[in-house]
Formats: sequence, structure tokens, C-alpha cells
Amino acid sequence: MSVFSRLGERRAGFLAHRAGVAGAVVLAVAALVSLLAPLFVPADALDVTRVTADAWQPPGAGHWLGTDHTGRSVALLMVQGTGTSLFVGLTAAVLSVGIGTLVGVVSGHFGGLLAGALLRVTDFFLVLPALVLAIALSTVLPRGLGTIILAIGLTSWPSTARMVRAQTLTIEARPFVERARALGGGHAHVIGRHVLPSVVPLVLVNATLAVASAIVAESTLAFLGLGDPTRISWGAMLHQAQLHGAVPQRAWWFLLPPGLAIVVVVLAFTLVGRALEAVVTPKR
Amino acid sequence: MRLAGRIGGAALSLLMVAVLGFFLFRVVPGDPVVSMTRGRPTTEALQAELRAQFGLDRPLHEQFWSYFTSLLQGDLGTSFTFRRPVSEVILERLGPTVLLVGTATLIAVLLGLWLGVRAAWRRDSAFDRVTTGVSLTLWAVPTFWLGMLLMMVTGDLFPSRGMRDTDTPPDFLSQALDVGHHLVLPSVTLVAVVCAEYALVMRSSLLEEMHAPYLTTARAKGLRDDLVRRRHAVPNAVLPAITLVFLRFGLVVAGAITTETVFSWPGLGLLFYDALTGPDYFLLQGLLVVTAGAVVVMNLLADVLHGVLDPRVKVV
Repeated sequence: MSVFSRLGERRAGFLAHRAGVAGAVVLAVAALVSLLAPLFVPADALDVTRVTADAWQPPGAGHWLGTDHTGRSVALLMVQGTGTSLFVGLTAAVLSVGIGTLVGVVSGHFGGLLAGALLRVTDFFLVLPALVLAIALSTVLPRGLGTIILAIGLTSWPSTARMVRAQTLTIEARPFVERARALGGGHAHVIGRHVLPSVVPLVLVNATLAVASAIVAESTLAFLGLGDPTRISWGAMLHQAQLHGAVPQRAWWFLLPPGLAIVVVVLAFTLVGRALEAVVTPKR
Repeated sequence: MRLAGRIGGAALSLLMVAVLGFFLFRVVPGDPVVSMTRGRPTTEALQAELRAQFGLDRPLHEQFWSYFTSLLQGDLGTSFTFRRPVSEVILERLGPTVLLVGTATLIAVLLGLWLGVRAAWRRDSAFDRVTTGVSLTLWAVPTFWLGMLLMMVTGDLFPSRGMRDTDTPPDFLSQALDVGHHLVLPSVTLVAVVCAEYALVMRSSLLEEMHAPYLTTARAKGLRDDLVRRRHAVPNAVLPAITLVFLRFGLVVAGAITTETVFSWPGLGLLFYDALTGPDYFLLQGLLVVTAGAVVVMNLLADVLHGVLDPRVKVV
């Protein structure tokens, strides 16, 4: 039975979790907004030198989410920022879960010195505060989208590695793996046909939750001014809000939307992840 | 013997922290002196002098050896922006952070554990649903945004910048009240975010114990529900939760950086922000080594504490 047909059977189980479905709907809307952003946002609407509106305009007829400190429309900034936040979240999560899965499978499957060393390194990075490391990394590397993705991906893989390793060890202790080995199955066969298929559902759950924390991490790095200065993201908007005194200006329309958007999208990923988790882990 | 193993492991981790701190800031593309002096008037001669002063003109292994031997003596190099030893600058900022993080952790642990216990004991009740829902939402809230929001909502009720006013009378009571007044918003921010995590951890820890046979026994001998919870279930469930509190110390550290930045709280978190905006690599390296070292030590404490509190875990 292939992994995908098994996942297909689980679709019905997923639909039973209402919160998870709601999360999935939110994510679909966010994805749609980010894909259609070029249609909403005129090319020069977000160019600081070309905007004509006044700064710090409250929501009203012309700009239904008001304007920022340069007179740009907050609503358009929000639309434009959706793509960056989602893209960084997804790619950083893929990088992190990819490294985690590789390290987990290798340290679980191959014993000996290599596994010991990998486990030691995993535990080391598991303990260290990932965000602090990500801050240090993005400070020394040149500013840019790639740096943010690297900084988050390279610092957040250890929990995935621990979980994948545990699952690998569990599977390899089963009689059918022993049988495969006895019949002459090599490392590639055991990993490819037995370990990976059993690890995939867990990895998917983990990846969904990893996107949630990656989006929070991106917004934090951007808030600290470590983001890509040429791109608009929700975190970068909050950085501008802090820098240009949105709080003393009482400019709630510049402060609320980016934060709420982060909370809603992160919560959606968390809910989907928890629903997936409930589906793939058998009830006790 | 396991205790010795744990201490050895922690020592190895500390060594790895030192190595990481060194290489993170040396193997970077570009010249650290150039990026540190970006936007400031410099000359070739001045840059060369700086390179010599920080030892950047020597081969890598010599740099590492001098870095490592100084580190063992508590010397973390010289801060570029403060023009003073990094260790001195860090020590100076330690107090405010310990005050903020200590207050927030204490409140968050008590509140989080209480919420988690109540939620788990009446699983799927309205209280449980609300607690879990609010915790999940708070987990999704960026710390810094919550801080800015609180600042805007409370208006002039609480001071939002720094740790004390300049015009407060110098006697102890007024000073303490002033610091306490300034402490409200940053600690509420930190508590809200950290507490959510603790509540979820405590809830799942107690749920694990819910169907344990000893609870059935306790009920069978006629104990009131309240006593079953207080005397039997919670003491067993709280141990793994407390350990996790120590293990997630890194979470509080990360939260402190953004909270202190938002409220200009003059602690290590704000220093972190100053160091990364510089950028001041030596200060940043020192901060990284100190915070990572503190987290490693907290983890060792968690291990030892768990062994002492829970006779089922043999550490010593």
C-alpha cells in the first residue's frame, strides 16, 4: 500500500476535525491572496516616492485600512506582505524538516559512532534557544530573504530529528524489517521501503507545525530589523510601526492588521497540524 | 554515575557553545571590521588598527586559542560600540533581565500550572476549551506585537519606556515602587506568552496520569475528588511539567529579547538589540556565549532537580 493511498484514507478522518478544516480554509484564502497580490496592488502604489496620500491617515473612504508613516495604503501593504510571510514560513519549514528528517533517519538507522555524534549535536541544538541563534546568523550574513530562510531553517530542525529518530528506531525493531534484512535487503531498501513510508505522516504533521513557528520567527527577525529591506512582510510592517512611533501616534490601523494576520495564519497552521496529528497517531 | 555523565555532557555542550560562538562570527563572508564601521567615517589606517586591536589580522588558529584562553578567564573581548570589556557591559545589564525574567517566570509557572491542572481535570469542559483555545492563540501571538498592543491599549496608565523615571526620590521605597510600576507591562507581555506554553504542557502531563490505576485506588478508598487531584494526581504530573519549564528556558530568553526591545527595558535583551543593530560582533558573540551557557546550565539543573524530586528517575 503506498503512502499516498493511506493518506487518502485519512482524509475522511481529517474532515472530522472542525478546527482543522477551518484552519485549512484560512490557509487557502491566504494562499489565494498572496497569488493574486499582483492584481490588487498597482505597480507604484507602494513606492514611497510616488504616493500622494497623507501620512497616518485613519481608515476612511480612500484607504479602508488607513495609511502608514509615508502615506502608503496599509491594506495594500498587507496584501503584498502575505506572500513574503507565507513563502519564508514554507521554505524555512521545508529546510528545517528536511534536515531534521535526514539527521533523524541516519542517526536512527546507522548505529555506532556516527549516530552517537549526530545525537550529541542534535541534543546540543535542541537545548539552545533557536531564535537567539537565528538572530546571530542573520546578523552576520548579508540581509536578504535567503538569509532569513537559512537562519530559521538551520536552527529549528532538532525537534524533528529527535522525533524521526525515535520513529525510525521503533520501525526497525519490528519483525518485518528483520525479515527484510534477512532476505538480503540493504540499507537503501530498508530506509526507502520501510523507514521512510512510516516516517512520512509524522514528518507532514511536523512540517505543518514548523511552518507556524517559522512564520513567527520570520516576523520576529523582521521586527528586529534583520529582514530583507527590499521586501514587505507583516513582520517588516511592525518593524516600521515600532521605528516610526505607531504606538504614540495611536495608529492602531497600522499596528493591528499585521499582527492579527500573523496570529490568524499561525493559528491556522497549528490547528491543521493538530488535526493531522490526531489523524495519523492511532488512539490509545 | 549518571550524574557525572550529565555534568560531563553539560561541560561538552559549554565547549561546543564556545566553539560555535567563535566560528559563527569568523567564518562569515566579508570583513567584520568593514561591516562594523559601515556608515561611520573611517580610513584604511583606522581599519587596520581595529583589525590589529581585535586580533583579526592573525591566523585563525591563533585567534581561536587566544579567544578560548581569554574566555576561560571570563574575558569576552572588547565591545566596539561601548569601547569597554564585553563582560563588564553584560554584567551591568544582568540585573534588570534577572528581575524581569524572574518575575515573569514565577508568575507564568504558577498561573500556567494552575490553568493546566484545572483544564485537564475537567477535560472538554468549557474551562478546558477556553484555556486550550486561549493558550493556542497566545502561542501564535508574536511577543513583540502583544507588547506594542498592551502599550497602546493601556495608554498613559503604565510607563512604557525604561526601568525608572529620573525624577523619582532616591529613597528605597519610591525607587522600588517606580521600578515595579515600570515592570508591569513588560512582565505581563512575557507572562502571557510563556504561560500559554506552560498551561498546555501541564495539561497534557496531567492527562497522561488521568487513567493511572493508583487514581482508581484513591477513589475506591473513598477520597473526595478534590483530594484525589491534590494529593495523588498533581504531585505525579507536576514533575515532568517542572522539568519542561526548565528545559524551555530558552523560550523565555528569546521572549526577553523582543520584550525588552519594545519597552526599552535596560537588560540583556535590549543589549542584544543594540549589538545586532551596530553590528557589534564581539558584544553579540559574548551575549550568545553567555545566554547559551546559561541555557545549558539550566538544563543540567532540570536533570538534577528531576532526579532529586522524582525517585523513579535515578540520576544520582
